[in-house]
Amino acid sequence: MIIFSLMAVTSRRILRAAVYLLFALAGTAALYFMIDYQFLAAVQLIVYAGGIVVLIIFSILLTTHINEKLEKPAPGKVFITAVLALGGFVLTVYALTQHNFVVSDLPQTEATVSHIGEKLLGYGEGGYVLPFEVISILLLAAMIGAIVIAKRKASDS
Amino acid sequence: MMEHVPISHVLIVTSAMFFIGVYGFLTRRNLVTMLIGVELMLNAVNINFVIFDRYLYPDQISGHFFALFIIAIAAAEAAVAIAIFINLYRNIRSIDVEEVDKMKY
Repeated sequence: MIIFSLMAVTSRRILRAAVYLLFALAGTAALYFMIDYQFLAAVQLIVYAGGIVVLIIFSILLTTHINEKLEKPAPGKVFITAVLALGGFVLTVYALTQHNFVVSDLPQTEATVSHIGEKLLGYGEGGYVLPFEVISILLLAAMIGAIVIAKRKASDS
Repeated sequence: MMEHVPISHVLIVTSAMFFIGVYGFLTRRNLVTMLIGVELMLNAVNINFVIFDRYLYPDQISGHFFALFIIAIAAAEAAVAIAIFINLYRNIRSIDVEEVDKMKY
């Protein structure tokens, strides 16, 4: 997963970068399968690997030439950014190793589809019906916005 | 299957993934590849939510729902971003950040 994400940000062929992103996302889905969250893994595969990566590949094909290589970023910029990212990573790992996580040994709740559906539409304690409705409005707004932005103006054609 | 993997190892992997996304976002100059960096960061945070939920609070499945909502928001964001890229490309034949300095025509 790490190797694929590294290759996704360093590959100079843009289409390959997108395919490496696909592999990194599929690795994430495999991780979800390993901790027994089958529904989430399926959603990850469908929405991320199936939807977003296909969208990205489409936009690459529409906006760049297939054999075009990206120009190399300036070495100074690469150095500064790498130092920044590495510094942040080291800081995070330091904080992680200092903190002692209390791993709970409670039995795991079954993340079955019916359980998820009841929680998602529940409006009592621990229900998620409000974010569910908000996200549906957001998705509708994003869909309309995307259509309006990408639509050719009537006078252009 | 993951019982013998300590939580800190998973968290180190996800933080590495997050900072790789930061690196990609800052070094790339093509808008689509910057979007790939953003997706990597979102994905790393998503794994973090799920792992915390699974290891520390296995009796509730809240992290599961956070991850679901983040996936939905990421999909919406990618759709709008790509619509903007296509419109930009149609207007100025380029999606390089250095050349995109006008937002209005």
